[in-house]
Amino acid sequence: MDWISPRVLNRLGMLNMNRRNVDYIARYNERSSYPLVDNKLKTKLVVAEYGVKTPRLLQVVRHQHEISRFREMAEELAGFAIKPAKGSGGKGITVITGRDEDYFVKASGARVGASVLERHLTNILAGLYSLAGTPDVAIVENLVESDPSLARYSYQGVPDIRIVVFQGYPVMAMLRLATKASDGKANLHQGAVGVGLDIGTGRSLNAVQFNRPITLHPDTGLELENINIDAWDEMLEMASRCYEATGLGYMGVDLVVDANEGPLLLELNARPGLAIQMANGRGLLPRLRAVESLKRPHFTPGERANYAMETFARL
Amino acid sequence: MNSPSRLPFYIAVFLLISAGISLAVWRHIELGIPWLTGEQRPVWMVEARVDFNGTGEPVVASLNVPEQPPGFRILTEQAASPGYGFSIIDKAGSRRAEWTKREVAGPQTLYFKAQFIPDPDAEPSPPAQPPKTKRLFWEEPEATAVREILSKAEARSSTPESMTRELIKLMQPDTRIQNTTLLVSGENYLQLLVDMLNHSGIPARTADGLKLEDARRRQQLTPFLQIYNGERWLTLNPKTAAQGVPEDLLLWRQGSESLLDVVGGSNSEISFSMLRQTIPALQLAAMEADDNGLGFLSFYELPIEEQSMFRMLLLLPLGALVVAFMRIVIGIRTSGTFMPVLIAVAFVQTTLVPGLIAFLSVVSIGLLMRGYLSSLNLLLVSRISALIILVIFITAGLSIFGYQMGFSTGMTVTFFPMVIIAWTIERMSILWEEEGGQEVLIQGSGSLFVAICAYLLMSAPLAGHLTFNFPELHFTILGLILLMGQYTGYKLSELRRFSPMKVYD
Repeated sequence: MDWISPRVLNRLGMLNMNRRNVDYIARYNERSSYPLVDNKLKTKLVVAEYGVKTPRLLQVVRHQHEISRFREMAEELAGFAIKPAKGSGGKGITVITGRDEDYFVKASGARVGASVLERHLTNILAGLYSLAGTPDVAIVENLVESDPSLARYSYQGVPDIRIVVFQGYPVMAMLRLATKASDGKANLHQGAVGVGLDIGTGRSLNAVQFNRPITLHPDTGLELENINIDAWDEMLEMASRCYEATGLGYMGVDLVVDANEGPLLLELNARPGLAIQMANGRGLLPRLRAVESLKRPHFTPGERANYAMETFARL
Repeated sequence: MNSPSRLPFYIAVFLLISAGISLAVWRHIELGIPWLTGEQRPVWMVEARVDFNGTGEPVVASLNVPEQPPGFRILTEQAASPGYGFSIIDKAGSRRAEWTKREVAGPQTLYFKAQFIPDPDAEPSPPAQPPKTKRLFWEEPEATAVREILSKAEARSSTPESMTRELIKLMQPDTRIQNTTLLVSGENYLQLLVDMLNHSGIPARTADGLKLEDARRRQQLTPFLQIYNGERWLTLNPKTAAQGVPEDLLLWRQGSESLLDVVGGSNSEISFSMLRQTIPALQLAAMEADDNGLGFLSFYELPIEEQSMFRMLLLLPLGALVVAFMRIVIGIRTSGTFMPVLIAVAFVQTTLVPGLIAFLSVVSIGLLMRGYLSSLNLLLVSRISALIILVIFITAGLSIFGYQMGFSTGMTVTFFPMVIIAWTIERMSILWEEEGGQEVLIQGSGSLFVAICAYLLMSAPLAGHLTFNFPELHFTILGLILLMGQYTGYKLSELRRFSPMKVYD
């Protein structure tokens, strides 16, 4: 058994579960703002007003009778994703990457007919994937084509970038890469690789899988040391802008880099996990306290992102 | 990170905790509810036996009974005397037990039993009005003797107490002077003392005390002298002038009323027998609770059925405390927040090992069946409903199977809350699909571990005793839980989870 003393953790400024819940989530996140992040459709609509791009919305299926229109719309499309608006943890998301005559090809390579997708839509509407089983809405989005410079690191799935935003300041970031163990999902506790990113430059720091440090991706075998995210300041500003959109003081912003459209917002999270600290090898507390002790907060997302890049890399 | 706005919260928590503890301490002192189970208290059972011969006439036998003897509290009183009408009559200054019967002939025996609890703090309430003295008319030459003795005693004393002591000394045989020898003759010593004290302006009276010794029979009362010092009645030994009531002395009669009056009978006699008993302190407290008006604060007056229900209910906060501690401070993951408490409650009824076996078999059979349900793509509500019915089938099956195999413990399955088990199976199954079997094992064993801890705490006899007899201690538990809600430190499990961070230190 390997243990670390609480004094060392304190010195590293590691944020822990209880403190996150009491001092940050409970204090800075308004309960009334939660539906904005728990419902992907609402998130899309609200951030669009603040100039944050999301994968293009192709169709919203709200009622059973609208499903017939899905077939017409999907006729010309090559790739798209069907998502339940209130799904959590990637449940109920079906990704179609291409066509094979009349069949749709899923990300896993399986071929399905249109009727299968229609039944899937019915299930989403009935609330099969939503929290507590409440009736839901299905959204059909344009397929994200991951930027090849990043996509090659990931085993299947789309690599995404998680940025923790505190009171509008991007405080810490990491890149999440799917693995065979995580079944193509970018969930850290399912075995995805987390690569800490220097908030000042967007360069990779170190990487962890299952909370243990690694240097190579377990499936692709690529080195994780020299990853560099392009247009880093633009991404930070985008993440920062989500604060104005939702008003959530402490949240996780998940971004992807699309090959054609650049950075896109995938989803927001009102209870971001703590593993990001292990991927960075740094604690969140010094940065969070620096933001809390600011006498005059910056007003624009750009200023906040700049301040974060200049200041937090050292903390 | 403590902003000043949290100060009222901490004050409130402190008040809650201290209110709980101080209420419990107060009730322990005031009602005598013991802290531990099985505590015993001594009780004196005193039986007065009245014998007389009936003469064929209507009889009224009236016995003076203790009202508020110093150093004792009366627990119970009862009379045993077949064929007699009985009542206890409270008159100002005296309490009398009265037996009545129309026609009485031959030897008769009446019993009066009372239980007394030693209590050093018990004091008779002081009289509302100061008692008056009775001046007697003395004839010469007694009058002169009395005057001289009194003036001698008065000269050597300053207070009613010292006056009495000096007077008793002067009346003793070895210090007797001629004056006293003139006055004292045989039996009249005590009455003479009372008369002389009254004559000198000190209210005085006689009292009868019973020396308490275990398992004594046919005891008689010994006379004592009581004087009023302006505030309350003081008891003195008329021979030694020792002041105060010895610990083993029960004052059966105080005041000037007679001990026993029998109208319609002859040769009346009274004798006492006594026995030292012990009764559970808790029973004692429950019996006394009704009397002193504090009974409404406890559950003793509820019907027995409700009492046993509350016994169970009042254990729940302990389980909640264990769950809060395990999740917040230790960091054990459980499936469903309070599922472990409910499982622990079921364990209390089934006992641990049969309960564990029953629980594990129901859940694992349920998980197998749920596997089929999940392939049907049912909606949540109907899935859970189907699961509840399946769980009932499983428990019924296990009960019948266990019974036929000769294990009556199989029946204990029915104590588990069906809906909770159904939800547990549902959650476990979803967890299995999403996170894999390892996570199911972690959360499942975490839940069971917490449930067993809660069970061990809840099934401790002391826990049941304290929660039921001191329900105010739940304020303290509430305070502790609120306090834990503010705990922002590291969980024990996080010290392990974050251990790879060592390299960055």
